[in-house]
Amino acid sequence: MSGWRTLFVKEVLRFWKVAFQTVAAPIVTAMLYLLIFGHVLEDHVQVYDGVGYTAFLLPGLAMMSLLQNAFANSSSSLIQSKIMGNLVFVLVTPLSHWAWFVAYVGSSVVRGLVVGAGVLLVAAWAAELHFAHPLWIVVFAGLGAALLGALGVIAGLWAEKFDQMAAFQNFIIMPMTFLSGVFYSIHSLPPFWQRASHLNPFFYMIDGARYGFFGVSDVSPWLSLAVVAGAFVAVSALTLHLLRIGYKVRH
Amino acid sequence: MSAALVFDRVSKRYATPRGVLDALHEVQFAVQPGEFFALLGPNGAGKTTLISILAGLTRPSSGRVAVFGADVQRDAMQARRLLGIVPQELVFDPFFTVREALRFQSGYFGIRRNDDWIDELLAGLGLSDKADTNMRQLSGGMKRRVMVAQALVHRPRVIVLDEPTAGVDVELRQTLWAFIARLNRDGCTVLLTTHYLEEAEALCSRVAMLRAGRLIALERTAELLRRASSNVLRFKTDQALPAEVAQRARATGRIWQVKVHDAVEVEQTLAALRQAGVVLEDIEVRKADLEDVFLELMAAFSATQGRHA
Repeated sequence: MSGWRTLFVKEVLRFWKVAFQTVAAPIVTAMLYLLIFGHVLEDHVQVYDGVGYTAFLLPGLAMMSLLQNAFANSSSSLIQSKIMGNLVFVLVTPLSHWAWFVAYVGSSVVRGLVVGAGVLLVAAWAAELHFAHPLWIVVFAGLGAALLGALGVIAGLWAEKFDQMAAFQNFIIMPMTFLSGVFYSIHSLPPFWQRASHLNPFFYMIDGARYGFFGVSDVSPWLSLAVVAGAFVAVSALTLHLLRIGYKVRH
Repeated sequence: MSAALVFDRVSKRYATPRGVLDALHEVQFAVQPGEFFALLGPNGAGKTTLISILAGLTRPSSGRVAVFGADVQRDAMQARRLLGIVPQELVFDPFFTVREALRFQSGYFGIRRNDDWIDELLAGLGLSDKADTNMRQLSGGMKRRVMVAQALVHRPRVIVLDEPTAGVDVELRQTLWAFIARLNRDGCTVLLTTHYLEEAEALCSRVAMLRAGRLIALERTAELLRRASSNVLRFKTDQALPAEVAQRARATGRIWQVKVHDAVEVEQTLAALRQAGVVLEDIEVRKADLEDVFLELMAAFSATQGRHA
């Protein structure tokens, strides 16, 4: 069956039709971070030898935008369709839980990649970009977006109201992205927070991607890959299970 | 050949803060291929719950439902391909135009290049000039037509319409019924719930009535009408009716309809009204219609429930 392709295309078009809000806005936000933090900290912080702070910040910022937008895509699409009631048009079709998974996660990956690439592209004036190991960048960008897309499906199924969704976003996704070493190297943190950061899967996505840009990172990219891939498999298994039983969408 | 729809002792119980609610209690009936079938009942009778179970949106507590032999739970994919369901709630996807919505809906069923059939649906439902309009800009009645089209993109063998004409103007009702009747002539089975009983009487060959989650009637429409015990004396007045007449009557604004069994009763009723000094306009005696039968059955059911309570 090829029904998943239609659902995937529909989900991509859904955000693309409002790209001003779903793509342009997050890029502007990232630029503001870059401008302000870069300006204030450029002469005060140097994380890696020979890498200016703005250049250090940029890949992490692109990853953060990518992850947040991948999450926002599947979660907001699902909760909107649930509240508007139009999810019923998909529920009455013979689409399997795999089709749902591939379509919702796939479209989230697309939006994440578009926003992440957009941030890099627009910020190219601010700092010179290195691409030490491009393949690692692609791997962490793709896997990270897929993981957050799957988490977004879980949140979208679970939340019954917009404020529950906002809580999920503000109390789980935002702290985990901000405490992942986007703005600093975790080596600059006190020991307790260093250990805490090592429990945060977002740290490995950012750190792994940064290795792809600079060829330097806080931990080995292979360790990061193992953690991120492991988290993706676990979250995907849960997502597929919830889709299969129709969690909160079939009674 | 298997029945188009089989409801086999379907029950649905909900746990509510005030105890267990029996939304459906062992509902059992079948709809044969090609039938135009009405499912009637007051609000809260369980019609929409039954349709949700048929659509696979709700699981029954017990019993099973099958579409041309395909169980809606175990063989859900096959059942969904055979079913075209128009939900009761007015829902739409605000991101897309009418044609986009219909193309997507086709794609979910694995159908590509469906534009010939989509054009036919648009024409049949009077939507041709709205094909490229965004869903948000359509009136309620137009959105309802699109929902009907969405349910039909995959040429389902069974069409289920849950209150399709609620809040819809006369013109659309006629367009819609003409189109559905055509599909029925072409072999589609139709299951319909409606509050407009004259629609059910005009269209449906058989009727099931639900009350409080139980099936209380299942018969050919003509049979049900023949069985009706009474005729109806209908008139208009602005005055209050004497109690003995009022208790046999129902009022719609200034129109009164009194149940009467024979000519003698008509005379007695008119005499009672004349004696009370009630001035009548537009008097007529007509045969009982489905609405009268419906009200009679519902009242009879309430009475038996009262005795059991």
